[in-house]
Order: sequence, then structure tokens, then C-alpha cells
Amino acid sequence: MTTSLGHSHPAAIFWFFLFVAVTLGITFWAARRTRSTEHFYTAGRSVTGLQNGLALAGDYMSAASFLGIAGLVSLSGFDGLIYSIGFLVGWPVVMFLIAEPLRNLGRYTFADVVAYRLRQVPVRIAAAIGTLAVVTFYLIAQMVGAGNLIKLLFGIPYETAIVIVGIVMMAYVLFGGMLATTWVQIVKAALLISGAFVLAGLVLARFGGNPLALFAAASDRFGAQVLGPGQLVADPLDALSLGLALMFGTAGLPHILMRFYTVPDARTARTSVTYATAFIGVFYLLTFILGFGAMVIVGPDAIKAIDKGGNMAAPLLAEAVGGTGFLGFIAAVAFATILAVVAGLTLSGAAALSHDVWVNVVRGGQAPEREQFVVARVATLLGGVASVALGIVFKGENVAYMVGLAFAIAASANFPALLLSIFWRRFTTRGAQASMIVGTFSALLLIFLSPTIQVSVLGRASAPFPLKNPGLVTIPLSFLVGMLVSLLTPEREASERFAEVQRRVHLGPEAGAE
Amino acid sequence: MSDKQRALEALARAQWRLALALTGAMMAIFFGFTLLVAWAKPLLTTQVVRGLSLGILLGAIVIVSAWVLIWVYVRWANRHYDRTVASLQEPGR
Repeated sequence: MTTSLGHSHPAAIFWFFLFVAVTLGITFWAARRTRSTEHFYTAGRSVTGLQNGLALAGDYMSAASFLGIAGLVSLSGFDGLIYSIGFLVGWPVVMFLIAEPLRNLGRYTFADVVAYRLRQVPVRIAAAIGTLAVVTFYLIAQMVGAGNLIKLLFGIPYETAIVIVGIVMMAYVLFGGMLATTWVQIVKAALLISGAFVLAGLVLARFGGNPLALFAAASDRFGAQVLGPGQLVADPLDALSLGLALMFGTAGLPHILMRFYTVPDARTARTSVTYATAFIGVFYLLTFILGFGAMVIVGPDAIKAIDKGGNMAAPLLAEAVGGTGFLGFIAAVAFATILAVVAGLTLSGAAALSHDVWVNVVRGGQAPEREQFVVARVATLLGGVASVALGIVFKGENVAYMVGLAFAIAASANFPALLLSIFWRRFTTRGAQASMIVGTFSALLLIFLSPTIQVSVLGRASAPFPLKNPGLVTIPLSFLVGMLVSLLTPEREASERFAEVQRRVHLGPEAGAE
Repeated sequence: MSDKQRALEALARAQWRLALALTGAMMAIFFGFTLLVAWAKPLLTTQVVRGLSLGILLGAIVIVSAWVLIWVYVRWANRHYDRTVASLQEPGR
């Protein structure tokens, strides 16, 4: 099958420039409203539940989940769907345990919540380490993915693609802050979901509108085993470990958590998770159809011929059922997806650097507003330059494991401390510090010793640590260390102020002190 | 301890219990599914009707169950939690 993938097709360029023009227009509009630090980080807390739900979905549905999962399903069938499902089940956890308390307790970062009744400096430093570790690995995965994808989709060189992503993304964040970032996410989420709907519709049109006829065709052509589990999940412990990291990692992703500060109150935070889960769930259900559609209509061999990992399955499918014009649209959507996710990540990294490290550690919480605003933008600039540099440094490296690693660190470093600080009276500064540091570094160490690095990246025969994802060990470890150290280092003020935390969690920020 | 403080603590306990129960339910559903994927491969490959394997059916059910659990929480929060919070926010009680 011939394809126009990899050439700068006019349709792709048209859609891409349209997206960039619209989003830069939004940024210009947002820039005129972004006049304070509060606006820069939280869009003035004026985002509605539906808007934030879409923006959360936009932040969460990366190109990896769109192109990667469709590709995995098209090559190995059912196994790819395990990721679709794993990426969704973290959202109920966010809803039940984190969203509303976070909104009521914090201002800009999740460290605000952990540090609320604890000593600021040690907690902020530990939280910044956890945040920056998650953001860095997630960014590397996105940037390297971006370079490769854009090269495949548009035929432009890897480095040029990385620099374009870096510049456009920085324009959004630097000038438009959270307001522009939110609207870029909304536009991108709407494009991605409608693109997936149209693509799935075009596929199903060939099967009488019946997904089961599509699955049956896949099973007739490639054997009934494509509809059932294959070799991806061979070891139950491995599966549990990855599952735990996906489930609790979502509730520890800094760029997701930050979004809850953009809404006016806890009730709207609740509404936004409801919408987000609906959108993300529908999208992942559509990946069932896109993946099997690509398998049947394009065929695994044609997909592998373009990219071994299968990442081009969805674009190839778009070309097969909708022609080059539609391929251009889907390619531009994939590009937009990367831009939006990278913008969200950069903003949350900048918030950790400027709000947690500069304002609360270096300046002891006393920086004047003007200075905070400037530092926030300098941190954004640093983040943008760093992400371009990381993208170029890691060119050609196998970075597929980095998203899993980011989830593992988020689940082991950020989630336990966040949960304990909201719900456990006896949590202390030393406990929080220990939990976050142990969570970050145990996840890093075990990933390094795991088959993911030792076998897949370094090419050794075996690995000292048996699990591919460290979550099964590091999440309980981080909880245990946090609780043990807290019990060993009682902190009177922290437990006395728990009543205040409880009032604020349930009654809102106005009810804080009494 | 004031009445208001007692009511707040009761609300906090109720919220925590429900949050924990629903999180536990989501974990049970998801990890149950994961273990079936690891251990019952032939079972999940069997087709319930033509084209629909048990694995795909259960996978879709996991996604739908996440929606259902969220719906249960939101219903409770909108009906009971918000009302109690509003009554506790009233000044002079």
C-alpha cells in the first residue's frame, strides 16, 4: 500500500497551521488577562466544570495513548486494550480521594496541600524533587515521541520538529499562562475526540455500523487469539505492579493536580472529574475500534513497514478510510496533542520551581507579587529550554519506559504524601519528607535494576529486580516509610492543626481558621 | 467539642468511608480483570457472541464500572454531602 505519510502534505500543513494560528490567537487573548501570579497559575479560578473536564482530558490523553494504543492493538490485538483500561481506572481514585480536598487546601501546586500544616522548607524541597522527576521523565517521553512522530508525519527533521514544539509551547505558557494552556487543552481534546469519532465512524461504516462485525473480521483474518490476552501480561505480579502505578499515578501527576486550582470551588472540581472520566472513557472505548480497524483495514505488515512500534497505525487508517485530506487532519491532531501535553507539563514544572522552590524555600514565602510573576515566567523559559534540550539529547534512545516510570514516581512519591497529609492526623514533616524522597529514589533505583532498563535498554541477559514496573514495591514502601517516620517523630503543631485542615477540606478555604 | 465540630467530624468520617469503599471497589474490579488477563487467557479468548470475546466484554465493563462508581459518589455528594456542608457553613451555629 502506498502512503503519503512522511511527506509534507498540504492538508496536514493546512490543519497544523490552522491549529497553531487559532491557539496563538487564544494566547494573545489570554495574555491580556494574565496580569498576576494567581492568573498565571490558575486562570483566575474561573474555569467551568465542563471546560476543566475537557482540559483534564486534553492534559491526560497524550499522543502515546492515541497513536501508541491504536498501534499496539493493531499489531497484537487485545493486549493493547489493557493499557486503555489501565489509564482510565486512575480517575475514580482522583475523584474519591484527591480532587475536592486539593481544591480546598492548596493554591498553585500539590505541595501547598502537603505542606499546609507541616514545616514549609523541607516539605517543599522534597515535593519539588518528586514533581520535577515526574515532569522530566514525562517530558522526555513526549519530546522524543514528538520528534519521531513529526518526522514520520510531516517529513521534517527531528531537531526542527523539537524546536518548533518548544517554541510554540513556550509561547502559550509564557504569555498566556494557565488560561491559554487550558484553552489549548480544550481545543486539542475536542479535536482529538471528534477526530477519533469520525475515524471510528468511517471504519464502522465498512462493517454495517457494528463493532462486533469488525472484531469478527479481525478474528477470521488473524485468528481468534487476537481477541484475547496474549503475551503482554505474562506474569501476574508484573501486571499488578503496572496496574498499581497506573491507578495511583494519575492522582500524583503534577500537571493533572494543578488543573483543580483553575475551578472556583470543590463542587466544580467534582464536576470536572466527572466530565473528564466520561471523555477519556469514551476515547479509550474508541481505541478498541481504531486498533482493530487498523489491523483489518491496513494490516499489521503495512503498519510495521512504516514504524516497527506501530505508532503510525491510526494515521495510516485515516488515510485508508478518509484519504490524504483526513490523514492530514489526524496528523495535525497528533501534533496538537503533543503540543498541549508538553505545555501543561512545562507549566506544572515551572510552578514547582518558582512557587515551591523560589518563593517558599529561597524567599521564605515572602516574595512580592511582581517578583513571583517574573520568576514564574523565568522558570517557564528554563522549562522550555530544558525540554528542547532533553528532546535532542535523548534522540534515538528507547524512551518508551519513561511514561511508566513517570507514573511509578507519581504514584510512589506524590500520591502517598498527598493522601496522608489530607486524611491522617499524625502525619509529620519528617514523615512527608521521608515518604516523598524514598518514593522518588526507590522508584528510580528499582526501574534501573529492572528488566525494563537492564534487558530492554542495556541488552543484558537478566535483571537483579524481577518486575518491569516498581509500583508493587515502591508504593507500599512509601506509605510505610511515611507512617513509620511520622510515628517516630511526633509533631505537635501538625496534629493540632489537623482540625483546621479538616474544616478547610470540607467547608472550603473561607472556613480555614476559626 | 462543639456540635458543629462533632457534625464536621461525622461528615469527614462518612466521606472517608465512602471514598475508601469506592476506591476498594475500583481496585477489586481492575485487579480482578488484570488477574484474569494473566491467568485465564483461554477463558477470556472465548467468544460470547461472534466477534465479542469475554476479554473485550469485561474490558468495556471495567470502563463502564468506573463511570458507575463515579456516578454513585457524585450522587451521594450532591444529595447528602453538599447539603451538610452548606448547613455547617452557616454562621452562628
